[in-house]
Amino acid sequence: MNLSHPSRPLRRTLLQFTGALGVLGTVAAAGLLKTTQAVAAVWNKAGFESKAVADAMKSLGASSAAESRDIVITAPDIAENGAVVPIEVVSRIPNTQSISIIAEKNPFPLSATAEFANGAEPYAYVRIKMGQTSHVRAVVKADGKFFTASKEVKITVGGCG
Amino acid sequence: MAEPMKIRATLKGDVADIRVLVAHPMETGQRKDAAGNIVPMHFIQSMTVTHNGNIVYDGQWSQAVSRNPVFAVRVRGAKVGDKVVVQWIDNKNDKRTDEAIIVAG
Repeated sequence: MNLSHPSRPLRRTLLQFTGALGVLGTVAAAGLLKTTQAVAAVWNKAGFESKAVADAMKSLGASSAAESRDIVITAPDIAENGAVVPIEVVSRIPNTQSISIIAEKNPFPLSATAEFANGAEPYAYVRIKMGQTSHVRAVVKADGKFFTASKEVKITVGGCG
Repeated sequence: MAEPMKIRATLKGDVADIRVLVAHPMETGQRKDAAGNIVPMHFIQSMTVTHNGNIVYDGQWSQAVSRNPVFAVRVRGAKVGDKVVVQWIDNKNDKRTDEAIIVAG
């Protein structure tokens, strides 16, 4: 078969076409990912490795967070077992974008950050380990501003070891 | 391969209450084993939840989250039959994805 000559231009065109499609596909996928898909935020290494509450707050951009009564922290007054301390945070601040939880006297205080989108309620529930009696601080980002509140949790047996 | 997550997604009004139980050791890097050796850090760093393909919860965690983590997310405007997908990635780059359907509460 002598198809090489006539088919070559077609083959080249096809290659160019699929090549272009590939690039377009990648661009489209990237665009789609940005708007709707799960692209996890970069892990806040500086914040999670901070040993001081002030440094953890700074890593969140929340150094000058205002105290707010519109953040409701529900946690036990006394936790028998520091290995499992349930922390629930509800923000009543409009346009809440994220909630972070800081166990102030833990070796590494910043414990978790939750960012909300697409209809998620400004609500966080997670169980954390606490080494000793400490204030648990919630930091809320709303409309780009930071707010905070805290609650003391007494620990009978620490849960970090 | 990590154990499957247990996901319970129930609708109350128009808010879906999504509760997730994850099987994970969440080692802090401070605990010693029986032989006195430090057990290396092993913990989930990223936890994402999508509702019908849209991301609703982008969580970043430290080693302070308890072993076999339990967490919850609430999504307004959800309906029975909507799909929820939960994915975690830990500091050793292990990952796991599970999904559930929202049921009437």
